[in-house]
Amino acid sequence: MSNITETDLHAYADGHLGDARRVQVEAHLAHNPAATESVRVWREQNEALRALYNPVLNEPVPQRLLALRAPSRRWPSYALAAGAMGASFALGWMAQSHRSDAFVEAAGLPRRAAVAYAVYAPEVRHPVEVGADQQEHLVKWLSKRLGSELKAPVLTQQGFELVGGRLLPGGKGPVAQFMYQDARGQRITLYISLRDAEPRDTAFRFSQEDKVAVFYWIDGKLGYALSGEMDRVSLLAVATVVYRQLNP
Amino acid sequence: MDSAAIAEHIPRLRRYARALAGDSHRADDLVQDTLERALTKFHLWRHGSDLRAWMFSIMHNVFINQLKSRRELALDEATEAALESAPQSDPLQLRDLDAALRRLPAEQREVLLLVGLEQLSYIEASQALDVPLGTVMSRLSRGRERLRVLMSMSGANVPDANQATNLKAVK
Repeated sequence: MSNITETDLHAYADGHLGDARRVQVEAHLAHNPAATESVRVWREQNEALRALYNPVLNEPVPQRLLALRAPSRRWPSYALAAGAMGASFALGWMAQSHRSDAFVEAAGLPRRAAVAYAVYAPEVRHPVEVGADQQEHLVKWLSKRLGSELKAPVLTQQGFELVGGRLLPGGKGPVAQFMYQDARGQRITLYISLRDAEPRDTAFRFSQEDKVAVFYWIDGKLGYALSGEMDRVSLLAVATVVYRQLNP
Repeated sequence: MDSAAIAEHIPRLRRYARALAGDSHRADDLVQDTLERALTKFHLWRHGSDLRAWMFSIMHNVFINQLKSRRELALDEATEAALESAPQSDPLQLRDLDAALRRLPAEQREVLLLVGLEQLSYIEASQALDVPLGTVMSRLSRGRERLRVLMSMSGANVPDANQATNLKAVK
């Protein structure tokens, strides 16, 4: 009976064992008071957790959660993506083995974005190639060059107006940079680079590159970095808005 | 499909989020972020696989991201102090299950709740958390033991694992 492991005891307490193994564990417990006590405590914990949190199941669901809908304008790309890449995504979820690669890859992003910020943000006469007065053209042009539909987030409520944007060379091809400015002349940039690796997502991450604060993330085949010479909390507030607008 | 299929899981996601995050407002924020992400990423879900386990894996990622950004801001902001759970030395609170859960490291709390509350199998938990099965078992074992100690003690000072992690994370 000594081949009963602690995992067996947990599985027994949680009701995950088949009949044969359960009988073996019960025989083991019959002369192991310490193990019996552990199992009792663990079951008691499970029951206490359910007793404490089960009432949430019967609460009315807040309206804000029910109001969420799938973003319909994305469906056409879903339909394509589901066919072509569904299998690899599914495998990706099962294995999840590529995530660390994405983190390594993502690490260069804030540095490049901060450098691009440092070069163009102080520029007085030519901060951008195409001004916000031609916003539609700007977005169309950059989208075409990156081969991906871009969006210039609206940050008016955060006090930032779009100045314009430019195309930059990146390690793996063209990069788009949108620049914003607030009433005091403080500038922030959104740096969007195309990835040639398989689409995936990373966490929302922060990096301090000298004086430039950068929040960055990877969403599918695009890497985003929001940079500014401001404190993290203020930049995080803007980055959150940017993220939400890009992931409606 | 999509919205309706996902909406069916809202009550259980809310239950898990409440236990995970504690405060009900923050828990519903977690659910909202999870749902938004699930709706955007619905095409990534493999038809025929367990939608609920997939949703838990999304919630795990959202939760971890939130923890990370909170930690990174921890020393910058005085207001951040309010977000971090205050040290609890009151013996009555210690005996309270919800308070005890707050004092488990997040990774142990997640496993304990997925297994004990949500009744996921160990394999499902390992997929949702993206860790090997052995890691699930060791977190489960440590989490259950720590919870037992927290629930049985009266007033002695147990070091707060979350605070210890915070200090390490912000250096």
